[in-house]
Formats: sequence, C-alpha cells, structure tokens
Amino acid sequence: MPSVIGLTPMDGVTPILDARPARRAAQMNRLAGGGGIDRSRPLDFRFDGRDYQGYAGDTLASALLANGVRIVGRSYKYGRPRGIVSAGPEEPGALVTLGSGAALESNIRPTMIALRPGLEAFAQPSPAGTGPDPLGWLADRFSRFLPPGFYYKTFSWPRRLWPFYERMLRSAASAAPVPERPDANRYEHRYMHCDVLVVGGGPAGLAAALAAGRAGASVVLADENAELGGALIDEPDTSAGCAARTWVATMVGELDSLPEVETLRRTGVVAFHDHNYLIAVEDRGDAAAPPPAQRLLKIRAREVVLATGAVERPLVFPDNDRPGVMLAGAVRTYLNRYAVMPGRAMVVFTNNDTAYRTALEAAGAGARVTVVDIRLQPQGALVRQARAAGIGIHPGHVVTAVRGRRAVRGVEIRPLTDDGRGVGTAAEELPCSIVAVSGGWIPSVQLFSQSGGRLRFDSDVGAHVPGEPSTLNRSRAAGACNGSFSLAACVAEGFAAGQAAAGGGSGAGVPHPPPGADDEEAALFLPHVPGQLPGKSFVDLQSDVTVADIALAEREGYGAVEHLKRYTALGMGADQGRISALNGLAVLADQRGVGIEALGHTTFRPNLKPVRFGAIAGPHLGPSFAPQRRTPMHPWHEANGAVFEDTGTWIRPFCFPRPGETIEQAVRREAHAARIGVGLLDASTLGKIEVQGPGAEEFLDRMYVTTRRGLAVGRCRYGMMLNENGVVFDDGVTTRLAPDRFLLSTNSSGAARVLRWLEEWLQTEWTDLDVFCTCVTEQWANATLVGPLARDLLRRVTDIDLDPARFPFMSMRQGTVAGLPARVFRIAYSGDLSFEINVPARHGLALWESLIRAGEAFGLTPYGTETMHLLRAEKGFIVVGQDTDGTVTPVDLGQSVPAGTTRDFVGKRSLFRADMLRGDRKQLVGLLAADPSLVLPVGTHLTDTPQPVPPVPTLGFVTTSHFSPAVGRSIALALVAGGRGRLGTTVTAYRRDGGPHPVTIVPPCFYDPDGERRHA
Amino acid sequence: MLLIRCPWCSEREQTEFSYHGEAHIARPATPMDQTDEQWGDYLFFRSNTRGPHRERWLHAAGCRRWFNLLRDTATGQILAVYRPDEPAPAATAG
Repeated sequence: MPSVIGLTPMDGVTPILDARPARRAAQMNRLAGGGGIDRSRPLDFRFDGRDYQGYAGDTLASALLANGVRIVGRSYKYGRPRGIVSAGPEEPGALVTLGSGAALESNIRPTMIALRPGLEAFAQPSPAGTGPDPLGWLADRFSRFLPPGFYYKTFSWPRRLWPFYERMLRSAASAAPVPERPDANRYEHRYMHCDVLVVGGGPAGLAAALAAGRAGASVVLADENAELGGALIDEPDTSAGCAARTWVATMVGELDSLPEVETLRRTGVVAFHDHNYLIAVEDRGDAAAPPPAQRLLKIRAREVVLATGAVERPLVFPDNDRPGVMLAGAVRTYLNRYAVMPGRAMVVFTNNDTAYRTALEAAGAGARVTVVDIRLQPQGALVRQARAAGIGIHPGHVVTAVRGRRAVRGVEIRPLTDDGRGVGTAAEELPCSIVAVSGGWIPSVQLFSQSGGRLRFDSDVGAHVPGEPSTLNRSRAAGACNGSFSLAACVAEGFAAGQAAAGGGSGAGVPHPPPGADDEEAALFLPHVPGQLPGKSFVDLQSDVTVADIALAEREGYGAVEHLKRYTALGMGADQGRISALNGLAVLADQRGVGIEALGHTTFRPNLKPVRFGAIAGPHLGPSFAPQRRTPMHPWHEANGAVFEDTGTWIRPFCFPRPGETIEQAVRREAHAARIGVGLLDASTLGKIEVQGPGAEEFLDRMYVTTRRGLAVGRCRYGMMLNENGVVFDDGVTTRLAPDRFLLSTNSSGAARVLRWLEEWLQTEWTDLDVFCTCVTEQWANATLVGPLARDLLRRVTDIDLDPARFPFMSMRQGTVAGLPARVFRIAYSGDLSFEINVPARHGLALWESLIRAGEAFGLTPYGTETMHLLRAEKGFIVVGQDTDGTVTPVDLGQSVPAGTTRDFVGKRSLFRADMLRGDRKQLVGLLAADPSLVLPVGTHLTDTPQPVPPVPTLGFVTTSHFSPAVGRSIALALVAGGRGRLGTTVTAYRRDGGPHPVTIVPPCFYDPDGERRHA
Repeated sequence: MLLIRCPWCSEREQTEFSYHGEAHIARPATPMDQTDEQWGDYLFFRSNTRGPHRERWLHAAGCRRWFNLLRDTATGQILAVYRPDEPAPAATAG
C-alpha cells in the first residue's frame, strides 16, 4: 500500500530544523527606528535550540521574524514548511511548543505570546514528516494517497490491518507533545457581574465602553490583546506623533478614570451562552509571573456589546502556504508595531484597497514593493497614492505560482481572463521574499452567532454579517464585526451601542476618531485563482485542506457545509477556521454553482479558541475536586490500618489488614469472624430518610413494592422501590418509629436520589398528602454487630432487652448502648444475626471504641466493604446498581408481584406490560464455576455454546463474584436470560483472557438458604 | 446558561436546577385498568414541542422544590414561571 510509505515517518520525532551550532543571530529584519518595542531592553530567547534576541514589547512571532526565521512549523498532513502568516489569534500556520516538563505548553500561537527573557520554544513536529525536508517532501509527493475521507476510505479495509492503522492514526493525532507532568501553573475562576460587557477593545469597543461608562453603567471591557486599541495601534508612528495612538491613549485614560469601568487586557472571550453568560480567559502572563497563570472569567452581563472586529481574508492561489506568504495587515502590524520588515522585496496581492496601506508603508520603510491587484481598474485614494509613490501596480492580475519551497523567492503572475474564470498565458516572474495578501475582511461574528443571532451574507462585505439578533440574549454588534469597516462608522456605532446598552446618555460627546482615509473602492471577490495550475491552493493551512480537496468532497457527495467540514477537517484546527471557513464556503459555492448565501454556514461553537484544561479546572483539583464524606468513626479506621475505597462521595474502609496480611487474607479472616464469631461494620453511610405526617403510611405504601400498611410501631420491613417503568431503583428497610413517622434506609449512595424521588411525587403528583421528608443520613452513626456472638457482646453494653422473643427479627428498640442514646435495629444485613446500632453522629466514634473494647473478649473483628459484599453475595442479597441495571424488575430478581387492582404502587403497572412478562428476560441466578477456585471476573458473558464462533448471542453476564470461605469455593451472581428455567444446567462463561469455562446455574443463595441463622 | 427565576428563591443560575421533562403528564388514576398502549403513552410519549413548552424543573441545589416553566424550546426564552399548584399559563404568556 503506497500510502503507508508516505506515512511511515510519523514514527520518528526529530527536530524540525537541522542541529546547527547554537549562535546568536542578528536581528537582520529589524528597522532602525520606530515601533512600540523597547530597544533598551533586549531579551534573549531560544527557538528550536538556537539562541536569538528580541526586545521587550515583541511577541515571539515578531521576534522570530526580526531574526529572519522563516520556517516555524510543518503542516499537519503534508509536512510542508510553514511560517508565520498573521499577527494575531487567527494564526493558522505556525504552532509552537513552549517550555518543557511541567511547564510544557503545546499548540501555542507565537503571535499571542509576549517575548520574555529565557523563553524557550520549539517548532511542533508534524505527524506527516519531521526531518529537515525529505520526509515531508515524501508525504507531499504522495498526497494523492491522502485525499479527504482518507480515514474512512482506507482504514476500514482490510480489517486485519486495522491495528496497524490504529497505531499510525494515534501517532498522527499526537502531533503536539503531551506534557509528562501535571501543569505546575495555578488557575483561578472569577465570577463577574456587570451592566455592560464590551468584547473587543478596538475603536468600536473603546467608544462603547466610554459611552456606557459615562452613563454610569458598570462596564467590563475585555480584549484578547496585550494592548487596547485594536487595529489603531498598527497605525504608523509618524514623527508628528501617531494620531491613532494618541486617540487610543485618551480613550483609555478616560475609561481608567471611571470607577465603574474595568478594562481587561489579554482576556479573550471564548463563549457566549444563554442569558448573557459569557466565558473569558484572562491570561495573566506566563509561568514566571505570580500565580495564577490564568483566570477563567464567568461573566453575567445585563447587556453585551460585541466589538470583536474583523480578520483579514487570505487569497487562495497555488502554493499560498510557502513561508513568506503573509496577510497584508499582519505585515503592517509587524512594520509599525514591532519595527520588523519581514522581507525587503515584497509583492502585495490584493482584491481591495486596504492592502495598499501595507504597500505604501513598506515602500516608505525601504522595501521594493509591487502590487498585484485582481481588480481591472482600481482607482481608490490609496491606489492613487501608491501610484504617486511610484509603486508598480499590475491590475487585473493574479499570482499563479509561488517560487521557493522553504522560503518565498518570487511569484509568477498572469492576467485574469475577462470572465474571471481563467488566466491568460502571458506570465511574468516577480522576484520577492514576501507575498502580502489581502482578500478583504471577515467580520468576527462567532460570538454574535453563539448568542443566537442569525447571520446574513452581505455580498458587499463578501462575508457573513450579524442579522436578526437573538431573542434570548441582549447583545448588539458594533464596528467591523458588524460589517462597518470605516473608522468613523466604528466609533459612531460603538458609541451608540454603548449608550443603548447602558440605557441612556445623550447623543452628544461622540469622541472624534483620528483622521484616516476611508474612501475605499469595493473589493472583487474570487473564490480562488482559477485555471489548471500546478501546486496546491490551500484554503485551510492548519488542516491542510486545498481547493482540490473541497472539489473532491463535493463530487463525492459531501457538499453540505457541515458534511464538508467533517469530511475534509476544514476549520477544525486550533484556529477554528477563523480565516479559512469563508474561503472554504466560497470554493464550495463555486463548485456547486450557487451563491455563498445559499450554503449557510457551519455552527460556531464554544470555545472560540483552545482553552487550557487547567483554566477549566481552576482550583477544583485534588481534594477540592469533589466533596469527600467520612463517617464519625473514620479516625479509628485510619489509626487501625484500614485500606479505604471511594464509594460515591463516601470514603469507606475496604478491609482492615493486619501487619503482614494481604488484602485477600484480611477479607477471609474478616468474613470468617463474621460468620462464626462477631464482626463489626461501620454502616454509617447507609442512607436514612425520615418520612413524617398524617399521610406517611399511605405515601410509602404507594412507593414500595411491599406494602407499608399495617406495619407496627417498632417493626421493620424490607422493600424495593421502583421507577414508573417498573425498574428497581432502590431497596432498603422501612421502620415505623411512630404512627405517623417512618425511617427509610436507602443505598449508601442513593439517599439524595431517593429523597428527590419521594419529593417529586409529593410535590407534583400527590400534593394532597400531608407528608414531610427529611434526610438524616449524617445525623446518625451506625455500628453494626454481625454474627452468632453479636447478642452476647451487645448484652454487655446495653440496657435493651435482647431476648429474641421480645426483640424479634425485623424490629427496632430504643435504649442506651455504652451509655449512649441509641436505636438498635435487628436486621439481617449479612444473613446472620445482626444488630445495627444507631447513635447520634457525634457519639459515633465513642460507640465504636466502646464496642471494640467490649468486644475484645469475643474476638470482635472490624470488617470493611469487601467482606460486607462477600457476606451479602453468599446470601444472594442484591446490590442495586451492581446486580441490577436500568432494565431489572423485582420479578427478574425473583420477587412475585400480585396483579390485583386493590393496591397500586409506583411502577406496578409496568411489570405487567407484555415485554415485562417475556420468559427470556434476564433473571438473577447463582453461578458455580466448574473450577471451584476460579473467581469469574464481573462482567464475564455467558453463552449457550461451549465453542462460540462470533457473533455469539449472550445469555447474560456475571454481576457479582467472590471466593467464599464460608462455602469453601467461588460463587457468583449473574443475570441470565430465562435464568430460573435453567437451574441445574451448565452454560459457558466466556472469559476475555482464558477462554471458555463451564459454569452451573444455581439458585442465587449459597449460604443458609432457609434463613435460619438470622433468627438465632 | 439560563437564569431561572425560582418561584421561592428568585433568580438563580441554571446549574442549580435540574430539568424533568414535560409538565402536566397526568398519571392514570387506576393504572391496572390501562391497556399496554395507554400505559405506554403515559410513560414514553411526549409532545416534543418546538416552541412554548410547559416543563418541570427542580431547584436541586437550592430549595429542592419543583416548579414549572413555560419555555420556548426553539429560543430558550422563558415565558412564565409557575408553581405546581398554580394554573398553567397560556402558551403565549410572557
């Protein structure tokens, strides 16, 4: 299979760049002056093992570009070299890994990381190829074997090769290194409430925050960048001072003076949930900064103003992924904000006027610039300026090829045919090191869409813009994210939105925006450079999706947008398709011969960008992850060597091994003592609910399978509780404490569930019943004495008459035990004589210690949950949830239910539905393995045939399995189809490891089947 | 995450509540007289409304009391909140 050859290199992980001697490179691309960097503070950093220097104020991306680093990563599927494309969160090309060990972070966009001293970053290995070039080249050449839908097409056949494919896929999936140690950073959660949340701190957001703040609203302004101002801070720094930056500083200054306004930088809003609940991540810097590293903000805002701006749209042309192909706006950002000229020879390839700013400013900074404009006759003010500045312009042309593999060396351009669907033959070569592209601007509408607002396609903007707003959420879009790109419109819209959100304020005082050229001509949108041209035209750099891939997906029937996304992985990378989704739609619409508006769009789901698990977890880690409940006797258990297990929220002793004893030995000793002497169980976790009121007896009678009517005060009765489908929901003992007062016991983890269930019926169905339910689980500690000597021991410490005639089985007496007020229940929890001693929780430990002291003469043996389960299994006592699942009825468990109409209870009618009466329902049975020493694993399936050939219908499965010292062999409980009709027959247990084994089906009780011992 | 006005506790976050399906499903007075089909209707069949929907909620991490919402399932909008003993509002309430 040739595809395998192309993918084999996945196995190795080697540095992406050659191992070269470490040396400090000069910042050859740094301009002599200008920019927002601090040249007095040089910072050393390392990238892929080489030392570099940047300045305070740099991002990792700007510092890498300043040092002429072109290749920052390799592509996911083809292993193609990739460089930095953008200057912001939309970065699709370069992903790096920071740090190592516990501080390792992967999938980091270098455009979003502030440079700091000692920063160490690595290019992420690509699964498709990791060597300097040849291996990636191989994957690239064999790409025809990696079409979209490749996984579905290839890996399902032949079946025997699946394990191999699976290994390969798994290695592919882990392109980014996985941290080997827990994240050392600390994270916090913060809840915020405000009148107005403004998302985005560009001109519209600043104006909105100011308007709302001036109106007296409490305002939170969140921006994901380190600096407020949005695109304005990318404006050139002229000698007369930058008007744009001055305006931003004035705005921020006034915001800072308003006490009810909080501005949050490096804070990206990632999700817009119902009722104006938004999630943001505040990046507090890095591991070197004081903790916490990040805060997850949970913001409930009365009103939201979305001023999320726009991102630049790339153009789609052959080999548009080569390192050096960058967004025109990003080139401008690097020039003006960071004083970095990524390359001295630049081709600007555009379909609109804005890229001319890049051309003008780059030329002004000394670059040799040529513009290739798709439009036939561009005439806007900026175009005229460029022409006046002597910049060469090729109108009606497109880039048809990019020269250079590891870095751009030049482009080939050709004229576009008149119909725009082909290119001419007259080609011209333009040598260059940078291609600055602009395909227009895409409003960042993700949060608006998440808010429930509808998007509409605006053909002037060439993109989706906010349409009908949500009826559930109160938000409004303003500025570029609303499709309004001119600066004056952004400011005016932002201010108006802020005022409206704050519910007042006069229209006066709109801050004057800095002057700027706003007369721009319309853009000309082309889905991609047409024609039969060699090379790959990338739509999504991060998922390696090309025009040809989309065309293939459409031909194969995946032409709906959601299908296309899943078939090709378009927009599924860490950038969430911020800049690729629209081009994907345009290409698809072109393929299908329809307009983009006819396609709809994929759903913008939270989160907008990757959020660290650490931030989501926040402080809820380790002991703070979930509440842990301990019984009052816990200190004794700890001091006496208990091995603990988690049972729901409770921490319970599993067993009490003595020094030198294995767990298995301890359980056998404990079980033996409880059967022939006396054992002691901490059963405080047992759920306890008091049910009181004149309607209590009637109510409980409707809730249990076995009637509660006529139960005498002081007597106990076992019963199962069903849901309305007839499925066993809980089981336990009900004790009548007084004529109108009952105590229910429930499963240890079931009290909350049962209480809710009772309340549901009382509150919603039988509102006429005068009944109150109270959970008293934690009010009572329970120490249970179990075994033939239980009475003799208890007699030493109680004033209660224990004579079996006056204190019979299934009854309760009150008195004192060890001088403590107690309720003693005589209930056969393990099948033997046993007394459950309940005292107020605060006396639990004292009771336990008194019993231990008094029990010395009797060989009293404390035991844990494992022995408890073993003793119950020997008797065939079920554990709801272990021996039952969501299908098991009391009838399945062997309990008969009369069909009469005289008494109804919840779930009864369901027991008589046709399906419930089928003879082949799974029923509870006992199992004895042919080998008495073999303990079958729980979950082992049973089959009718000794030599099963797949597919084999299962008869059922093992639910409980132990080695029983009392029976002298292994025992198991199982749910088996028509099990009670199979008693005495032999079936086959099919073990995952070990093959088939014969087992005999027996009644589900292995010990004292007549129940004599509990009456002792 | 919805903000829900519990009739007893005022407005709280959705995480304090749990959802319990369609409200006003009358339990047959004499279940054993029901045919399997009738009983199946009661157990399993719901209106699956798109639009205003009367539904039961429980303030689980609060007062632990049941109440009903009239909620538009298409938009999430809560049109009315009422106690189990209060009459159901018209579908256009709010």
